[in-house]
Amino acid sequence: MSEEEKQKMMNERKPLMEVRNITKRFPGVVALDDVLVKFYPGEVHAVVGENGAGKSTLMKIMAGAYIPDKGRMLLEDEEVSFSHPVQAQEKGISIIYQEFNLLPERSVAQNIFLGREPTFLGMIDNRKIRQMARKVLADIGVEGTIPTSKLVGNLSVAEQQQVEIAKAISLDAKILIMDEPTAALTINEVKMLDELIKRLKERGIAIIFISHRLGEVFQISDTITVLKDGKLVGTVKTNEVTSEDVVSMMVGRILDHYFPPLGVPEDFGEVILSVRNASNDFLKNINFDLKKGEVLGIAGLQGSGRTEMAQAVFGVVPFKTGSVTLDGKNQTIKSPSKAIKKQMGFVTEDRRSEGLCPQQPIRDNILLTVRSIQTMLTPISKNGIRRSPDLVPRLGEEVDIRTDSYDREVQFLSGGNQQKVILSKWLASEADVFIFDEPTRGIDVQAKASIHDMIRDLTKQGRAVLMISSELPEIIGMSDRILVMRDGKITGELPPESSELDIMLLATGHNGDNGSNDSKGKGEK
Amino acid sequence: MTTTTANGKGLKKFFRSISIPPVYYFLIAIFFGGGLLDLFYAGGQIFGNPAIMLNILVRSVALGIVAVGQTMVIVGGSIDLSVVYVISLTSVMSSYVMQGEASNVPKAILLVFLMGAGVGLVNGLIITKLKVNSFITTLGTSLIISGIINSTFSNWEGSVPRSFEFFGYATVGPIPFSVIILFLMIFAGWFVLSRTKFGAHLYGVGGNEEVARLSGLRTDRVLIIAHVICSLTAVLTGLFIVSRLRAGAPWVGPDGYYDLESIATTVVGGTLLAGGKGGVWGTLAGVLIFSILDTTFNQLGVNPYLSIVFRGLIIVLAVASYTIRSKKEAA
Repeated sequence: MSEEEKQKMMNERKPLMEVRNITKRFPGVVALDDVLVKFYPGEVHAVVGENGAGKSTLMKIMAGAYIPDKGRMLLEDEEVSFSHPVQAQEKGISIIYQEFNLLPERSVAQNIFLGREPTFLGMIDNRKIRQMARKVLADIGVEGTIPTSKLVGNLSVAEQQQVEIAKAISLDAKILIMDEPTAALTINEVKMLDELIKRLKERGIAIIFISHRLGEVFQISDTITVLKDGKLVGTVKTNEVTSEDVVSMMVGRILDHYFPPLGVPEDFGEVILSVRNASNDFLKNINFDLKKGEVLGIAGLQGSGRTEMAQAVFGVVPFKTGSVTLDGKNQTIKSPSKAIKKQMGFVTEDRRSEGLCPQQPIRDNILLTVRSIQTMLTPISKNGIRRSPDLVPRLGEEVDIRTDSYDREVQFLSGGNQQKVILSKWLASEADVFIFDEPTRGIDVQAKASIHDMIRDLTKQGRAVLMISSELPEIIGMSDRILVMRDGKITGELPPESSELDIMLLATGHNGDNGSNDSKGKGEK
Repeated sequence: MTTTTANGKGLKKFFRSISIPPVYYFLIAIFFGGGLLDLFYAGGQIFGNPAIMLNILVRSVALGIVAVGQTMVIVGGSIDLSVVYVISLTSVMSSYVMQGEASNVPKAILLVFLMGAGVGLVNGLIITKLKVNSFITTLGTSLIISGIINSTFSNWEGSVPRSFEFFGYATVGPIPFSVIILFLMIFAGWFVLSRTKFGAHLYGVGGNEEVARLSGLRTDRVLIIAHVICSLTAVLTGLFIVSRLRAGAPWVGPDGYYDLESIATTVVGGTLLAGGKGGVWGTLAGVLIFSILDTTFNQLGVNPYLSIVFRGLIIVLAVASYTIRSKKEAA
C-alpha cells in the first residue's frame, strides 16, 4: 500500500465516538461551550488546556457523570445519552479518575470483578475469579507483576492504576478515559504506562487522556485537542506541531476585569521573608526573597509543589533542611501556630474545609486565629479581644463584608464574602506576611476584583504577599515578580508582566532544552 | 478444596489462605493470662475443669449469635443498636405465645422470626431510602420497640414448655446443643461473607459505596438484606435466652448490653467500624475473650466491676494495635 493510500485510509476511517456541540453550564460559568471532537479507534487522544478550560467536564460528560445542557454524543454512529456512569460503562466507555475507584481492603481479583463475580452452585468460584483476573492482567501485559489475591491497598499507585485498566478492559471498554494518569507516577512507571497504552492501542481501543505534562503528551499521544475557557481551540496531529504551538494555543485567556496597578519597586521595603536551600519530601532546594510591599506570584501546574511550598513556609508540612529568615531573624517554623505567632497568615485554597468553620457565625470565624494564640484561660469577648474590643465590626467594615449581622453563619455567605472573612481573620492576628493559595477560585468577577484590590491594599500598607494561582492572567496582573515551579523546584523567576507563554514554557519544562539553563538565564536578569 | 496434599506446603498455603485475624493473639494471651492467675490463686482448678471450660462456650452463645449479625451490618458500613430490644421482644413474645404449651412452639417461633425480619426491613429501608444515619435509625427503632414492650408487658410473661428448653440445656454427647448452634452460625456467617455474591457486595458497599455503585451493585438492597439478617440473629439469641430463663421479660435484652457488646466484640475482632473489612472469625475471638475474662474473674471471686474495666482496656488496646499495624503496612 502506498503512502498516499495509507493517508487516504486514515482520512476515511470512521470515528468511534463523536461529541457535537456539547455545552455545559455551572452556576456562574460556562464550563463547555459548543465543543466538537472526534475520537478514533486505536488512537491516543490527549486533551490539554489550562485549569478551568473544561477538560474534566468534557470527560465526565462522556463517561456519564455529568449530563450536558446541549449537544449530542455519537458512539459508532449511534446517538447515546447517559444519566449514570454505569450506562456509559455498559456501552464501553470507562473512565479512570485520579482518585482510583478501588476497594483497598479487597483483593485484585475481587476488585476487577466486583459485581460480576463468577459463581458455582451459588458460591463464588474463587479459583475461577483469580483465573479470570490473571487472564485480564495478561491481556494488558502485566500478569507477572500483580498477584491476583493481593489486597489492592498494598499495591503501588502504578499497580493500582493497572488494576483499574484491567477492570476497564474486562468490561470490554472501547474507549478508555484517563484523568492525569501520569500525575502520581515515577519516570519508570510512566514508561511502563506508555507501553501499556501502546498495547491497548493495538487492540483498537481509543484512549483519551487529560494531562498537564506536555512532555508526556508528545511522547504518548497521536492527536491533541486544546480547550480554552470551555471552548475548543483546535484538534491537531501530534507529529505536525511543536510544544510551543500547543502552549500558544492554550494561553491567551480573555481578561474579565482590570487589575489594580502593580507596585513600584522604589516603594518596596527590606526583605521580610527569605528562604534558603530549603527542602523536604516534596520540595527541592527552594530559594527566594519576599520584600515588604511586594506581591510575589507563584505559578506552576497542578502538582508542581506550589501548595506544598506554601504549607512548608507556614509550618503545615515544614521544610526539613535549609533556613527560613523572618524579619532578619532565623526561624524554624514547625507548626502553623508558630507561624501565626510570627505574624504570618495563610489563606488556603480550600475555603470550606481549611479556611472556615462554616457552621459558625462570622464573628467567631474572624476571631479564630487571635483566640488560638491566646492562652487557654483568656476570657472571650464577643466582638474582639481585650486589646481591641471592637475588632469584628472594625475589620468587617475595613474589608467590606456584606452582611446584615455578624451572627450569620459563614456557610450562607457568597464565596467572595467568605474570602473576606478569612482575610479579616488574618488581619485580626496582625499578619505581616500573607500567603494566598488560589485566592479567587470559584468567585464571581466582581468579588474577584475586590479581592485583588484588597491584596494590593495589603502591600500598600507595607505587608508582603505570596500569591499562588493557576490563573495565569491573575499571576500576570497581580505579581511584582513571578516564580515558576515544576516538580517541586523553582524553575525560574520572571519579571512583572511576562507573557503567559513564558510562564507556561517554564511550567511545562519546554523552554528549549527541557529545563534549567534557559530559566536561569531569564531568572537572573 | 483441592488441597488434599498432606505435605507441609499445602498446610502452610491453607493457613495463609484463611489468614488468621490478629485478635487470636489477644485471645491466646488472655487465655494464658487467665490460666496463670488461676495457677497462682486457685491452683489450676478453673482452667483444669472441663465443665468450666465448656461453660465459657455456653456463656458465649447469646452474644456470639447476635454478634454474627452485627458483624455483617458493620462490614456493610452500617450499625444496629436495635438488636437489644429485638432480643427482648423475642423473649417476651415467644413465651407469651407459648404459654407453656408445646403445641404453641411453631406458631411462636414463626411469629418472632417474622417480627425480627420486619424490624430489620424497616431499619434497612429507613437507612437506605430516607438516608438517615444508621446509628440514629436503629436507636430510634430500638426506643420504639422498648416503649411498646415495656408498656404491654410489665413482668415475666408466660413460659416456655419443657420441650423448648432443649435449646438452652440439651447436650449432644458432652457438647451443649447451643454451642453447636453458635458454631453453625459462625460458619454460616463466614460462608455468607466470603463465599457468596451477597457477601462480596457487602464488603464493596461498606468499603466505598460510590465504588460499589459505579460497579453496578444494588447497594440499597445489599444493606437492607444485611439488616434483616442482623435482626434475625437477634431473634435467635432471644430464643436461646428465653429457653435458658424459661420465660421472657422486657429487660433481658438491655440487661445483657447486647447492643454495645455485640459492636465491641465485632470491633475487637478486627472488623473496621467504618466497614469494608473484617469477618465473623475475629468476632468469635472477641466474644470468647469477654467470656474468658468474666469466667476467670467470677471463679476467682474478684469484684465483677474489675472485669468491666478490663473489657474497656481490651477494646481500646485491641483497636489501637490494629490502627498502628495498618499504619505500618501503609508505610
